[in-house]
Amino acid sequence: MSNEIAVPELSAQPDASGHFGVYGGRFVAETLMAPLDELTAAYERLKNDAEFQAELDKDLAHYVGRPSPLYFAERWSKQLGGARIYLKREDLNHTGAHKINNTIGQALLAKHLGKTRIIAETGAGQHGVASATVAARLGLECVVYMGAEDVKRQALNVYRMKLLGAEVVPVTAGSKTLKDALNEAMRDWVTNVDNTFYIIGTVAGPHPYPMLVRDFQAIIGREAKEQVMEAEGRLPDALVACVGGGSNAIGLFHPFIEDKDVAMYGVEGGGDGIDTPRHAAPLCAGRPGVLHGNRTYLVEDDNGQIIETHSVSAGLDYPGVGPEHAWLKDIGRAHYVAVTDDEALQAFHDLTKIEGIMPALESSHALAYVKKLAPTMSKGQIIIVNLSGRGDKDIHTVAGLEGMTV
Amino acid sequence: MSRIKACFEALKAANKKALIPFVTAGDPNPNVTVPLMHTMVEAGADLLELGVPFSDPMAEGPIIQKACERALAHGTSLRDVLAMVAEFRKTNTTTPVVLMGYMNPVEIMGYQAFATAAAEAGVDGLITVDMPPEEAGDLLAVLKGAEIDPIFLLAPTTIDKRITKICAETSGFVYYVSLKGVTGVANLDVASVEAKIAQIRKHTDMPIGVGFGIRDAETAQRVAAVADAVVVGSAIVNRVAENAESPEKINEAVAALLREMRVAMDTDPPKAGWFARLFGAGH
Repeated sequence: MSNEIAVPELSAQPDASGHFGVYGGRFVAETLMAPLDELTAAYERLKNDAEFQAELDKDLAHYVGRPSPLYFAERWSKQLGGARIYLKREDLNHTGAHKINNTIGQALLAKHLGKTRIIAETGAGQHGVASATVAARLGLECVVYMGAEDVKRQALNVYRMKLLGAEVVPVTAGSKTLKDALNEAMRDWVTNVDNTFYIIGTVAGPHPYPMLVRDFQAIIGREAKEQVMEAEGRLPDALVACVGGGSNAIGLFHPFIEDKDVAMYGVEGGGDGIDTPRHAAPLCAGRPGVLHGNRTYLVEDDNGQIIETHSVSAGLDYPGVGPEHAWLKDIGRAHYVAVTDDEALQAFHDLTKIEGIMPALESSHALAYVKKLAPTMSKGQIIIVNLSGRGDKDIHTVAGLEGMTV
Repeated sequence: MSRIKACFEALKAANKKALIPFVTAGDPNPNVTVPLMHTMVEAGADLLELGVPFSDPMAEGPIIQKACERALAHGTSLRDVLAMVAEFRKTNTTTPVVLMGYMNPVEIMGYQAFATAAAEAGVDGLITVDMPPEEAGDLLAVLKGAEIDPIFLLAPTTIDKRITKICAETSGFVYYVSLKGVTGVANLDVASVEAKIAQIRKHTDMPIGVGFGIRDAETAQRVAAVADAVVVGSAIVNRVAENAESPEKINEAVAALLREMRVAMDTDPPKAGWFARLFGAGH
């Protein structure tokens, strides 16, 4: 990393209009500018409000089950023969992933803004379930947009959302996946802006979403920092997290962003390989553009049309990425790599067999990169990897790939 | 003088309102678009709005979403759209053409490359749905250099302070999105449109166009009574869609709708007609 970067400013991003360097911003239809201003003002007020923070902390402790453990994966570390590997156990949260940290926070914002209706987009269904969960708890109406293809692939989560009282709307436009669900949620919001709060599931979208979702997820890194200090008496040498939109990664990274000796690795969905057309790795194999309200790296063609992505993990199967990651890549503060479907699947099996922990396919991408990184490090070094979700939802996918039906 | 300015001045002198049809370029195939542009002018269009197809048109209802999909199935790119405008300009040098679309194709082409090529092709204005003036600084500078009018949208949720700001960055005409929602879905409420236009007029002398929700001759007539221009999108794209399998019928289907709208707009609506008969035409 260059010494010319003004380090104290790293954690002070974005600027007042939501830019991380040239990325981020607010690229939306005019109708949405007023509600985004309203949301920004409310968030700026509430984030320093002791009562709001106390309410949030209480929910995180008693409803989500925080803090999540930082688990030393002793057998796996030994087997890989390098750094000591710690797993941040977001898979143990209520609803099984880090997504609830954010939906709890946004639902409280919705309540304070007096909105009676929640909408959300979802790919694999984890964010949809986390949104439906908090809506049920607060007694809010909830509509979840989901690509028609994903509705078919993720029947279990669709049913979970329905049990929680949400309406799941299959989106048949475009490629019928997460990006189209996001388009449809935006269309709903622009139409029902008076009574509706849009809970975006990742650190993307128009300002203030990348900032506020990051702030809600940063509990992951704050806890991990405290926990590793307690366990090891020092900061880790490397952080590893998977990156789809990038909310679990930024949640882990952000509290360490000014600790410049801590290396950060974001792992994208490499699909069949980033030298093939079938991947979901905008930071590794895409280029900057404007989509879904922000400027960021995108998987797109030479005419600026968005290309359909592929990853074995539905949660990584998205053509964009949060703007803060785009900025961290450009300034060299974080490194972005990709692993293939096959490498992620192998890591899924490894962790399951060696540690008795079944990771989500998204998180398996981070684990697959740890397999490459740990052996290059010394036994005294430390890696923290974000185990962002549990693998129960993926069992049928894994079984299917191995020729079984469950 | 720009084509857009000249167009509105001529209309004002003739005491007429502008009829602005929208079609998605390349829908249902790229050969249809240029002849359709000429047909729309013959049927009474004053300005043309040409949609640049995009894979993720977030502000569009299903009708224009599907138009984008049909156009993209033929690979219609921003460069192809500019080539269509250049072709149209070979025989029509007076009717303004405004491109409407999303930022990403322009971003990828590059602002300067786009502005130069668009000006050469004969494009007069640019509407980018997902680009508010706050983000448009660099683009505005190159558009100005190329004498292309940047046209920003105003919405029912736009407060006075922003109306001033948006009008300051806009040239050609102001475009008021008549309802909260996407294109072609809801019905517009003429009374609330009228109130908002009165509010906008306090901030600008530019002509005001109204779009979203104008689906037939009657609505066009009622909106024309309060605005300076009527933008018709989904209703026209729907006629294109209905004839997508037999494109030779598209021109007449679209022209028929435009002729009805033209006649209605050039005739005062019932209440204003009574006013005009008593006090003379002109208001």
